[in-house]
Parts: sequence; structure tokens; C-alpha cells
Amino acid sequence: MDFNFTEEQTMIRDSLSRLIREKYDFDTRRGVVQSEAGWSPEFWAQLAELGLLMAPFSEEDGGLGGGAIDAMVVMEEFGKGLVVEPYIPTIVCAGGFLKHAGSAAQKEEYLASIMGGETVFAFAYAEPRGRYNLADLETTAKANGAGYTLSGHKAVVIGAPWASKLIVTARTSGDRRDRGGISLFIVDKDAPGVTTRDYPTVDGRRASEVYFENVALGADALIGDADGALPLIERVADEATAALCAEAVGAMGVAHAQTVEYSRQRKQFGTAIGKFQVLQHRMVDMFMEHEQSISMTYMATLKLGDDTVERQKAVSAAKVRIGQAGRFVGQSAIQIHGGMGMTEELAVGHYFKRLTMIDSELGNVDHHMRRYTELGVAPLQAAAE
Amino acid sequence: MNLEFSPEETAFRNEARTFIEENYPDELRGSGGREDLSREHMLAWHKVLGKKGWSVPAWPVEYGGTGWNATQRYIWSEENARVDSIMPLPFGVSMVGPVIYTFGSQEQKDRFLPGIRSGEEWWCQGYSEPGAGSDLASLKTTAVRDGDHYVINGQKTWTTLAQHADWGFFLCRTDPTAAKPQEGISFILVDMTTPGIEVRPIITIDGGHEVNEVWLTDVRVPVENRVGKENEGWTYAKFLLAHERSGIAGVARSKRGIEKLRNIAATEVVDGQPLLQDDTFSRKVSQLEIDLTALEFTELRTLAGEAQGKGPGPESSILKVKGTEIQQRLTELTLEAVGHYGQPYYRGFPQDAQSNAFPIGPDYAHASAPGYFNMRKTSIYGGSNEIQRNIITKMILGL
Repeated sequence: MDFNFTEEQTMIRDSLSRLIREKYDFDTRRGVVQSEAGWSPEFWAQLAELGLLMAPFSEEDGGLGGGAIDAMVVMEEFGKGLVVEPYIPTIVCAGGFLKHAGSAAQKEEYLASIMGGETVFAFAYAEPRGRYNLADLETTAKANGAGYTLSGHKAVVIGAPWASKLIVTARTSGDRRDRGGISLFIVDKDAPGVTTRDYPTVDGRRASEVYFENVALGADALIGDADGALPLIERVADEATAALCAEAVGAMGVAHAQTVEYSRQRKQFGTAIGKFQVLQHRMVDMFMEHEQSISMTYMATLKLGDDTVERQKAVSAAKVRIGQAGRFVGQSAIQIHGGMGMTEELAVGHYFKRLTMIDSELGNVDHHMRRYTELGVAPLQAAAE
Repeated sequence: MNLEFSPEETAFRNEARTFIEENYPDELRGSGGREDLSREHMLAWHKVLGKKGWSVPAWPVEYGGTGWNATQRYIWSEENARVDSIMPLPFGVSMVGPVIYTFGSQEQKDRFLPGIRSGEEWWCQGYSEPGAGSDLASLKTTAVRDGDHYVINGQKTWTTLAQHADWGFFLCRTDPTAAKPQEGISFILVDMTTPGIEVRPIITIDGGHEVNEVWLTDVRVPVENRVGKENEGWTYAKFLLAHERSGIAGVARSKRGIEKLRNIAATEVVDGQPLLQDDTFSRKVSQLEIDLTALEFTELRTLAGEAQGKGPGPESSILKVKGTEIQQRLTELTLEAVGHYGQPYYRGFPQDAQSNAFPIGPDYAHASAPGYFNMRKTSIYGGSNEIQRNIITKMILGL
């Protein structure tokens, strides 16, 4: 058992933390979020320069030889700085699909430019009526002689306004919600038949509704097996969920620290409000929630390479715990800050908003509680039969 | 004890419903949940009710109240909640109005009560200060006598909708040497157009502009605008806070909110089934409704007590704590129900040319996240929920 970080991982944390402190302080971030583009391509280029975009890729893929723990370290720092740039969509999702299942030609075409910061991806999986079920797809890709014809509507595709490429889940056979018959494609955002409506999100990022109307895809657009992509999609979604948990841990830590600090400064009834026991205990509970969330994030990240059931249980357990913790920590941070916590001016409200929205990404508490329960019940049912 | 409505009360419900159906302004219909309403929109229903004589039901009849009993007032709020009506704002009707008719001079009653009733004059509340929130009595804004005027200097904050206000009621320190912080405070009515007043917006985490800072620099106010006695403003302030709390439970609105939540959950799907049929989710809605029922009957008991002459006392703190917890939980579940479509942010989005609608996702989803963010204020304002628990500790438990 070892919970220590390698030298490389510590270096990643230190260099990223310094970069965020120097180039992505809260006021700078506000400017980035409110700019027309809504993100900072310069900051993304700096992440590439520091090698952070290569960190979770193997050396044979041209990366630094790290993996999910490196992504966790990066995302925790992103959470601390409320960084909006698309590390999860591009590096964890697109990078994950390519490294697990990309053809040699696909890796050749995309991996170096992802790691170099030149190509940005978004992962288009959600649909208006699919909720959190990755197999509940109305988007279809029909095989034709030369490739596929893609049609459908993807909802709330995070980072899509900044991306040139999309990774799209689509049904190639079978019925809605069948586990089989799902395939995964790389789609040019400027391909004929692709239209987008871009908008801001409530937590300061950008997203798009993406519409496909008879978009012609070559056979080389397919990643992994035709009709059999769901296990791959679930694997990468789990990796992205673990990274999202790490981001939440970073955000929770700052929300808690800022709250404790505020309670030291803010005086009412002639004393610092941090002296009131009812607030002290609430801040202690925030602290415990944060610690438990760190533990769950480590656990889930370390189990990403386990067999499917173990991996899924671990990730769902973490996402449940972190969804609950994020809500408690976020709400408590606002409450203890009082009116000031309600203002756009203070950072703490922005941490609260990000923590709130993390719960609704890649499956909320209820979704993961259900998956966790079903995974636990399934072997018992099998044994009974 | 009896939970039935009498034939008279049922007749009253029909009368109220018919009046609302026939008179509620068309341009407001369906806008109850929408933010960024104009001053005219917020006053429109108030003005209709003013003409009808129904804008201040809880006031004594001699000052324009309707003489309705507690049950009728309850029916009235239920009927309004049915159409999500934009009710008269509390600052005049529920806050300063009762202070003026209880403690004000005849001149003040004649001057101010008609404008509050009719909705012609908009009031704001100058209580909190940057250094005086939960500890309101530590307020520092001063009013110094200069002949027949007070000269007011200081800064108020969290002043709701002050950007529209014609008048404000301000707590100011008139005796800085008083032995206790609660002493030496006066309750002063200020014309918001007086030179020296500056209203600066505060943008909240939902992106809205509801609250403001109000800066007062050498603001000269006639002494006759003080309500009641000099240095006894704290008594009136506490009286007002108890009134504020008794309206804060929001039972009828929350009932309507649960109805809307159920409609959303019946439309949203999980694995092809309505979310409402999902056991986990529907149990949460049921729990909320059960909590709301408990609050409703607690409020009814309180109202019945008031009808027998017990003023709103420390029990109103229960209504504030439970009412706001339910309002917050309601927005939490609504945000949960809409799934991915809680993410898009509609403010500032270039809208479709043909309609005012935000074109992304279902209509009911647009305000779900901002609504959730905004409602975090409710456990902070009107005396934070921690303060309410302190009040119950001291006043009811005697600890």
C-alpha cells in the first residue's frame, strides 16, 4: 500500500499550481470566462509547454508515461483554480478513447496534436432524452458502402465551442437502450451537416447543442469496434468521472479554506464568527466531507484498471460520495459567508456553482447510487438462479 | 378542532379565484418564475388589488385591511399561488406599513399608507450594513440632529430592489453614547431622491440584480420623518422583523412549486420511464411534500393563535427556518430533475429573433440552476437561520 506521489506527479502539481497562481488568478479567470471566446488558448498552450497535456499518456504513445493518477493531480489543481479549459474532454476523454482503442493511423493523426495543444476535442455523449444512460441514444449512424451517415442531436456538449473535433456516440444497430449496437466516431466540427448552438453554462464554461444532419463519415472515423463500443465508452466515462471527482476535491478544499479564513476575519456580536460553536462544527463537517472525498477519489482512481465491475463500483461510490460532499461543502460555504457568499464578486460562490454542476455531469448521485446497487445485486441474483 | 372549510370560506375561495381569473394582468401570466421583471411588471397586480381594496388584507380594517380571518388570508395566498401571481412586495405592505399604522403619527399615516395600499410608492429596507448583518444592533449609520432635520451618513447593504424605490425606511444611530447597542437607534423614513443617496448594484451568484448597496452622504431628512420616539427604533425594528418572518414560510408558493416539480419529473425520462416513476426521486418529492404539510399546519396553528390576539412571537422563527429549508430543497430537486439542461445559462444569450424564449433545452429548465443558487439567500436573510435558532433557544427554551 502506498499513497505517495511520484516525483513526476509532485512536479506536475507544483508546476501547475504555480502556473495557475501566476496566470490564472480569480480576476484573470473572470476575464477569461467573460471574454468572447470564453477560454484562454494561451493558457492551454502554456499547459502544453509544461508537458501537462502529455502527462497521462504512455511513452510509446509519445507521452510522459503517466496515467490516471497524473490526470487526477492535474484536475485537482484545475478544481482549486476553477480552470475552465477542456482537460477532461480533450485529454481524458478523446485521449482515453485513442489510447485504449485508436488505430495506429488515428493515434498518428491525433495524439501528438492533442498533447501539443493544437487540437481540442469535445465528447458528445449526452442527448435531450437520454439523461445519464450512455446507451440511451437516438443519434444514429447508418452504414453505407463507404462509411456512415450520422444524424441526431447531442445535448450540452461541454467545451464544444472551443473544439475542432468531436467524439460522438451513436447507434449503428439495435434498439434504443440496447447495450449492443453502439459505435464511436471522430467527427470534424466543420463537416457538412454539423451545426452547433453555443452558449455559456451557469458555472462559467461554454457548451453547445450539436446537430448532425446526414453527416457523411468515412470508415476511418470509427474508433474501436463497430456496434461494440459501449464497454469502451463506459471505461472512458469512468476515467472522466474519476477526474471530475478530483476536480471537485480541489474545489471543495478551497471553498472550505476560504470559509475558515472568512470566519476568522468576520466579526459579529463583538467576536469573530469562527468562535461560534455552531459554525465551528459545520466547518468541521465540511473538513470531514473534504477528507472523505479525497479518499474516495484516490480509491476510484487506483481502481480504474481493475476488472469492469470493480471499476464501476469504485467510480460510482466515489461519484455518490463526492456529489453529496460537494453539495454540503458548497451550501455551507455560502451560508457561513452570509450575504457576501451570495455575491458574484467573491470567489466562494463560483466554487459553490462549480461543485453544484459537477454533480449533474456524467451521472448524478441518484444515477451512480443505482448503478452501485445494481452491481452489488447482480451477482446475488446470478447465484440465486 | 376542525379542518373543514365552512360554506362561507368555500364561497370566498370561489370569489377570490374568479377575481384573479378575471383581473390578473395578461402580460404577467406565466412569468411568476421568471427573473428580471420590470418595475411596472412587479407593481401591476399590486395596483389592481389596490383598486379592489385587497392589497393589504392583514392590515386593520380602519387602515384599509380586508377584515379577512386567517383562513381567508390562507385561501387568498393559495389562490394567488395557483397562477404564480406576482404579489405586492413585502417592504411596504408587510414591513413599513404595519410599523407606520402601529407607531406612526397621524400625518405619517395619512401621507404614506395610501401609497403603500395603491402600489404607487415603492419602499426599500435600510437595515443591514457591511458590519451589521446578523448582529443588526451594531449598525453604524448615524443620524445627527441639525435644526428640524436629521443629517444621515453611512452605508446600508443587501437593500432589495432599492434601484426602484421611492422611499426607504432606515435604522440609524441617533445616540452614539447609549449604554447598549440596541438603544439609541431611530427608525427614519427617507425619500430616495434626496441628494446624497447613491444606490450601487450588487450582482448575485445567479447573475441577477436584486440587491444593492445604499450609500448615504449628508442626507438631510426632516425630523417629522422619524417614526415613533427618538432612540426607540429598535422596538419598531423588532416588531417589523417578526412581521417579516410570519410571511416568510411561503407555504402556498412551495405547494405550487411541488406541483411544478412533479410536472417536470413527469416529462423528464430515465431509461424510457418518467422520472416521476423513479422510486428514488419520487420518494424525495414525497418527503418534501410531507415536510411542507408539517409546516403548513404549524403555520395554520400560528395563524389561529394570531386570530385570538397573540401577535407573531418567537414561534415565527419556526416558520422561517422550516419554510426556507423547504424552498431551498424544492429548487435543489428541480435542478436535479432537469439533468443536463441545468447547465445552460440564459442571461445574455442572443435570443431567437421571433420569440423571447431561450432556445436551449426545455423551458422549465432555464431558471433551475439560477433559482437554486438564488434561494441560498433565504437561510441568510431576514435573520439567518442560525439567528432564528438562537431566538428559539432564548425565547422559547429559556436557555
